[in-house]
Amino acid sequence: VKIIDFSFMPKIIRILSKDHRDEESSTSENQLFDIIISGGGMVGTAMACSLGLDPNLAGKKILLLEAGHKKEMDRVPETYSTRVSSISPGSATLLSLGAWDHIANMRCKPYNKMQVWDACSDALITFDKDNLQDEMAYIVENDVIVAALTKQLQTLSDHVKVQYRTKVVKYTWPRPYHVSESIPWVQVTLANGKTLQTKLLIGADGPNSMVRREAGIPTVKWNYDQSAVVAVLHLSESTENNVAWQRFLPTGPIAMLPLSDTESSLVWSTSHQHAEELLQLDEESFVDAINSAFWSNENHSEMVETAGSLFRTALSVLMPDSGSARQLPPSVAGIGPKSRVMFPLGMGHATEYIRHRVAIIGDAAHRVHPLAGQGANLGFGDVAYLTKVLSQAAFNGKDLGKSMQHLLEFETERQRHNLPMMAAIDLMKRLYSTNAAPMVLLRTFGLQATNALPPLKEQIMAYASK
Amino acid sequence: MYSKKLARLAFGPLVESAFKCPLTRNVSSRVTAVRSLCSWTVCLHHRQKNQLSNGLTRLNVRPVSQTTLDPAEARKFQAKASKWWDLQGEFAVLHSMNDLRVPFIRDNLLNVHGVRQLGKPRAGLRILDVGCGGGVLSEPLGRLGADVLGIDPVEDSVRTAELHSSYDPDLRERVGYQACTLEELAEEEVEGFHAVVASEVVEHLADLDTFASCCQQVLKPGGSLFITTLNKTNLSYVFGIVAAEQLLRIVPSGTHDWGKFISPEDLERLLESFGFYVEAIRGMIYNPLTGAWSWQQSTAINYALHAIKRKEEPQPDRVWAESENLDEPGRARSYS
Repeated sequence: VKIIDFSFMPKIIRILSKDHRDEESSTSENQLFDIIISGGGMVGTAMACSLGLDPNLAGKKILLLEAGHKKEMDRVPETYSTRVSSISPGSATLLSLGAWDHIANMRCKPYNKMQVWDACSDALITFDKDNLQDEMAYIVENDVIVAALTKQLQTLSDHVKVQYRTKVVKYTWPRPYHVSESIPWVQVTLANGKTLQTKLLIGADGPNSMVRREAGIPTVKWNYDQSAVVAVLHLSESTENNVAWQRFLPTGPIAMLPLSDTESSLVWSTSHQHAEELLQLDEESFVDAINSAFWSNENHSEMVETAGSLFRTALSVLMPDSGSARQLPPSVAGIGPKSRVMFPLGMGHATEYIRHRVAIIGDAAHRVHPLAGQGANLGFGDVAYLTKVLSQAAFNGKDLGKSMQHLLEFETERQRHNLPMMAAIDLMKRLYSTNAAPMVLLRTFGLQATNALPPLKEQIMAYASK
Repeated sequence: MYSKKLARLAFGPLVESAFKCPLTRNVSSRVTAVRSLCSWTVCLHHRQKNQLSNGLTRLNVRPVSQTTLDPAEARKFQAKASKWWDLQGEFAVLHSMNDLRVPFIRDNLLNVHGVRQLGKPRAGLRILDVGCGGGVLSEPLGRLGADVLGIDPVEDSVRTAELHSSYDPDLRERVGYQACTLEELAEEEVEGFHAVVASEVVEHLADLDTFASCCQQVLKPGGSLFITTLNKTNLSYVFGIVAAEQLLRIVPSGTHDWGKFISPEDLERLLESFGFYVEAIRGMIYNPLTGAWSWQQSTAINYALHAIKRKEEPQPDRVWAESENLDEPGRARSYS
């Protein structure tokens, strides 16, 4: 790593400014960007696209740094990939600035209905739009999203640059107050020794964010003692696969998300030990385990069943139209080859999303349990709002990294939206992690009551769709 | 009263609470020149001489001089030259005023000149920032794409401004600074600018006539003049000086001299007499709790003004007629 003598900086800058400012020039150690985005996953790439498409930021120099290689997808591969995300209509709107067309051309699966039910009782709740014609959300493979965004980025290559296979080793933060003879920008040191400078650094580098760590932003986090097992399932028979299923087992929720008429994606959150066992099973036993998880009633207890049915009767007297028949998900015949993967689950929330000349978005700022399918959507929401805020700042001629007023607005607004959602998801996870009768009764009644109140369900759906 | 006037002519000292009431000044037929430590260049406009010899009475506390520079004011700002960019410091109020004045300038220029280029709304326009200080307003205007020249007689401020903008290559190309007075510049840059911005400046000047005529000289015909300043009312004394300087101390004590404030009507009259027509006047107010400025109906304390230099030269005898037509119906502004 080259050590730069800062006292000569102003002179060097003055000399360099005499040359024509050449963006390709690798000789200039002091390449100054307006915005650098660190991390080229779904959220980072979406941020780069969103900034690139904004008219007020048309003259700014934007750079995306990604440690992996470029993810292009000329043809969609035959097999589905295991990591998928549920994209809400709000996120689809964000992506509709160009990238959604690519996604639609590759593949995505809209679903119209979601059924969530308990393993310990008969309680269930279904979400759907009024007429089952409208889509609730879309299931899209993560790879498809990234490839579509990458394709969109290529059209913006005149002012949004991307560097793949670029690892950052160090960040150097500027002082918030103006000290003469020191560089007022954030410096990003790469593994190849080059140093880049930027007026604003956006960290989109995932749950173990280096940006967040190096900036010293305190994070509230804990590990759920759970891992998620994901796989691609082949259904036993082709069906109009437009329902998302999720059942809360005592060990954790198991979800089946539609990918096509014959295939679905599995997300099974369970204890670490059980997850490892599941990975070891042969294909047939694994399929049996999945089917029995969805179908069997072994966790029902007499008392809870009676109580539950009494409550349901009471509800049906009060609100005759409420209540839905419990449907069973399609049965699984096989799994995609080599498609079983597991990863640990945890919850994390950064107490601050911004610092002087830094902002963090996506999983770097907040990490949630997949049970609600909201992780990606929260990230896309961050992207939309931060773009809006930066656009406004640029239109007012402000220094993008220094205008704390705008960055604070982003932080406040997103924390206000994200925290309740994260609290709700965590609460759900804890609520459904136990077999104890009182909790089961509580959640049974709660779920049935919520199911009986369409306005409440609509509120929940509206909040999750943003 | 005469002795006070002489004292001001000779030394231009800081005027404090002693001078609360507006003083009516009778313009003498002879223009007395004030020699100051810095160089002064006479920027005489023959119309100005005519007006003075007509014995036109104006409400103006300033001594008649031929330079806009008031040395006492210059000394005040010299002492604080390094504090311009301390966002929590004494000039924080000016930094937060950018939220109002940058959109005001940007949008009005947009209306007049149209959009040149997306992403750089003010590309290709030359703007002069009079009394730029540390460049607090020049930098955002430069970022919007305009070519900005900031001038200030206090050399230390100009140096601070240059240093601050030297780090950013965008600004370096577009924002330049010069330590000089407006009169000095007006000789070289006749009709050189699309817009002149004089924000929080007119209340620190020695002579407004010189200022107005120099602005008229450097502006292209149809060019815009933006002024923000404080009104001369009891309310502005209470809030602008007593509350701001002494009680809340959000502005350093002694920054403002109530006697030098000018009301929008007087300013408008003055500008009209120099060939401008005032296109907009808006009131502004500062909320010390939130530290934010906002627009308001009343111009009682702070106000912003946008004037446009007429494209054709008005004749001297038209000046009387224009100043009588101040309160035309159709101009919806409230003076209070």
